[in-house]
Amino acid sequence: MMNYFPDEVLEHVFDFITCHKDRNSVSLVCKSWHRIERYSRRRVFIGNCYSISPERLIARFPGVKSLTLKGKPHFADFNLVPYDWGGFVYPWIKVLAETGIGLEELRLKRMVVSDESLELLSKSFVNFQSLVLVSCDGFSADGLAAIAANCRFLRELDLQENEVDDHRGHWLSCFPESCTSLVSLNFACLKGEVNLGALERLVSRSPNLKSLRLNRSVPLDTLQKLLMRAPQLVDLGIGSYVHDPLSEASNKLKHAIQRCKSIMSLSGFLEVAPRCMSAIYPICGNLTTLNLSYAPGIHGNKLTKLIQHCRKLQRLWILDCIGDKGLGVVASTCKELQELRVFPSDPFGAGNDAVTEEGLVLVSAGCPKLNSLLYFCQQMTNAALITVAKNCPNFIRFRLCILDPVRPDPVTNQPLDEGFGAIVQSCKQLKRLSLSGLLTDQVFLYIGMYAEQLEMLSIAFAADSDKGMLYVLNGCKKLRKLEIRDCPFGNAALLEDVGKYETMRSLWMSSCEVTLGGCKTVAENMPSLNVEIINESGQTVFNLDEGQKVDKMYLYRTLVGHRKDAPESNQTYLKCRGDLTRSDHHEPSLNDMIKDMKLKNISGDDDFIISESNNFKLQSQLFEKEEAEIMILKWKRL
Amino acid sequence: MSSENGKRLPETDAAGLNFEATELTLGLPGKSRVTSDGGAKLGSKRGFSETVDLSLGDKKDTNKLGQTQSQIDAREAAPAKSPGSKAQVVGWPPVRGYGKRGKKSCKYVKVAVDGAPYLRKVDIEMYNTYQQLLASLEHMFSCFTIRNFLNEKKMDQVNGIEYVPTYEDKDGDWMLVGDVPWQMFVESCKRIRLMKNTETVELAPRTPPKWSRRS
Repeated sequence: MMNYFPDEVLEHVFDFITCHKDRNSVSLVCKSWHRIERYSRRRVFIGNCYSISPERLIARFPGVKSLTLKGKPHFADFNLVPYDWGGFVYPWIKVLAETGIGLEELRLKRMVVSDESLELLSKSFVNFQSLVLVSCDGFSADGLAAIAANCRFLRELDLQENEVDDHRGHWLSCFPESCTSLVSLNFACLKGEVNLGALERLVSRSPNLKSLRLNRSVPLDTLQKLLMRAPQLVDLGIGSYVHDPLSEASNKLKHAIQRCKSIMSLSGFLEVAPRCMSAIYPICGNLTTLNLSYAPGIHGNKLTKLIQHCRKLQRLWILDCIGDKGLGVVASTCKELQELRVFPSDPFGAGNDAVTEEGLVLVSAGCPKLNSLLYFCQQMTNAALITVAKNCPNFIRFRLCILDPVRPDPVTNQPLDEGFGAIVQSCKQLKRLSLSGLLTDQVFLYIGMYAEQLEMLSIAFAADSDKGMLYVLNGCKKLRKLEIRDCPFGNAALLEDVGKYETMRSLWMSSCEVTLGGCKTVAENMPSLNVEIINESGQTVFNLDEGQKVDKMYLYRTLVGHRKDAPESNQTYLKCRGDLTRSDHHEPSLNDMIKDMKLKNISGDDDFIISESNNFKLQSQLFEKEEAEIMILKWKRL
Repeated sequence: MSSENGKRLPETDAAGLNFEATELTLGLPGKSRVTSDGGAKLGSKRGFSETVDLSLGDKKDTNKLGQTQSQIDAREAAPAKSPGSKAQVVGWPPVRGYGKRGKKSCKYVKVAVDGAPYLRKVDIEMYNTYQQLLASLEHMFSCFTIRNFLNEKKMDQVNGIEYVPTYEDKDGDWMLVGDVPWQMFVESCKRIRLMKNTETVELAPRTPPKWSRRS
């Protein structure tokens, strides 16, 4: 039996288990498996940085080498969260540095990253190799300079869609001559100039460079030189692409591009003269990923001609100026397409060039492998959605955004309940869904009934009553993230089953009907949840009375009580005794956790937090058992 | 369904703009709102148009043309009835990069129109192309026609006067809008002036600006 395997054998076996969910499950089997898994865990994913503390992370996983942290709620992307809300990475880096963790990789999303944090990061971890920042802010080129200068074995610096204060462009020059280890460099989101000579030299001495994404300040002749030096590139992001197709520069570029036979992913074109796209055609046949969503200059037949060369595309991100006709070209060309994202080129404007339901239907008919969609459109019909559902039953992600968010089916004038109902019924693997258009409670009935695998749901301007939210909370057993804005959901829906929120990562409700009293009730009954209120109408929450509606509520499960870094406008509650106390940092004890926690319908979430909270309950049951005995647990995954 | 549609979509009322639904109330969102059918539901739903009104925080005035009075904010709500106009609600559509998340990086410049009694301010970082900027300026100064070099089609001429978009750059020179790449324009633009065509007739370019060429 398993009892007789030495630890090293088990550890070796566990090495093959890389997925978070599986590793979390493994750790719940018995005490010795828990111990072995814990010491051998290298990669930890924390979906909400306020759900656990860095100290607890290290106590559990002292060998951690790669950390992924997410901060602000998703709606922060759309200006719904105040800039000072939180999500600071500095405390994490500080604790990791102080405890001598051998951090090698840090991946952050929607966090506030100061220059100070980057500097500390660069100086504290000798083997640090990989920094990935997605949708972060708070840093400048100075922080990047520190990373470049001090991380001697840096392999990856990947900056995606960050807000960077880019006043001085010298950071590229800070990579020492001895730095030859770069595999991935992405600075497309930076607005400022970079030292082009330093860039060329850096690329020249990076033989392992596979991914290079430039910002708009990198001109064409530099691009050509870089490509000549790095023909081994697999992923290329072009900055400026403006040239005269008849010029010598253009010829040189064509020649350079043709040498890059390994490029499979292409993006950028941040500045583009679309007449020159033909230089790219030679590599289009190999492309599996194409992102033109930052290139409004490419449209019309230049765009469709380009796409016609890309027969192997699996992932395509474009602007809606492609039009329904252009999507027809996609449908007939890109038979391997799995992911499509169509962004609005003119979100606040007339939208004359936007796509409609026709384009989506064409793609669904032509691309049977389609499983991930983000589609901004002028309008949608039930008939189209029903057709799409039939054509593509494999959707994992289905995010539809009708630019007028309460628009009904323009043909029938009906809500889009039936259309979305067809999607959830047909797509049994659906994990993520975003709704828009005119929607009643009915669509939520369908979602609750059919969307069994749904993990994330985004709702805006929908529903008629609390019933809508209740259908979802009662039906979607695997729901992890629910974000709602401008819906008529109130306390009745919020309070029906507060235990449910412990099985989820977070709930966001803004401009709904939930009152301060409702939020307090949740907080008072659920010590393992932080309930945060963001009020922007100028009144602090203390001045509200219980019957008043809150602007925004964000609640999330946590093991470490309410955070101390919340801004003034944002109050958090935990266990109120009629009084609102923000100052005490209440960390629930182990016994509290076990007594209070109702572990219902846990579905093997990949969050570290749920594994940790399950762990406590298990420990209390096992405290008398030293031997490794396989316990029969109620977990569905096991 | 249709009655519910009526409640939520005053813009689809056959009779025209539904004043009750667009009437603003002060105070926290969601308090005692009268819906268009008068019989407010408990926890009355917030329609999109109501949210538009609330987030703008301003009393609206509609004139016969269905045009609303301009706002202080650059984001103007046009009545949903008029085709092609979009009201703006915070965070909608849910697209990254079109709004500003941080307290930094928003660049408001003054916009002056010859003959108008007051100036406006526009956050030019909200736009990604010249077309978007000019479309927005057109909405803002809806009785003027801005000569749009970029797509060479004339806008409807309401009163026969055309305006040429110009801007003052970092060096203090007045430049024609559209010559340089968008990003360069955003960085160097200090203020915008829509000049009356009569003044610019000598300056009207023989060759249209670089970025007007359709490729």
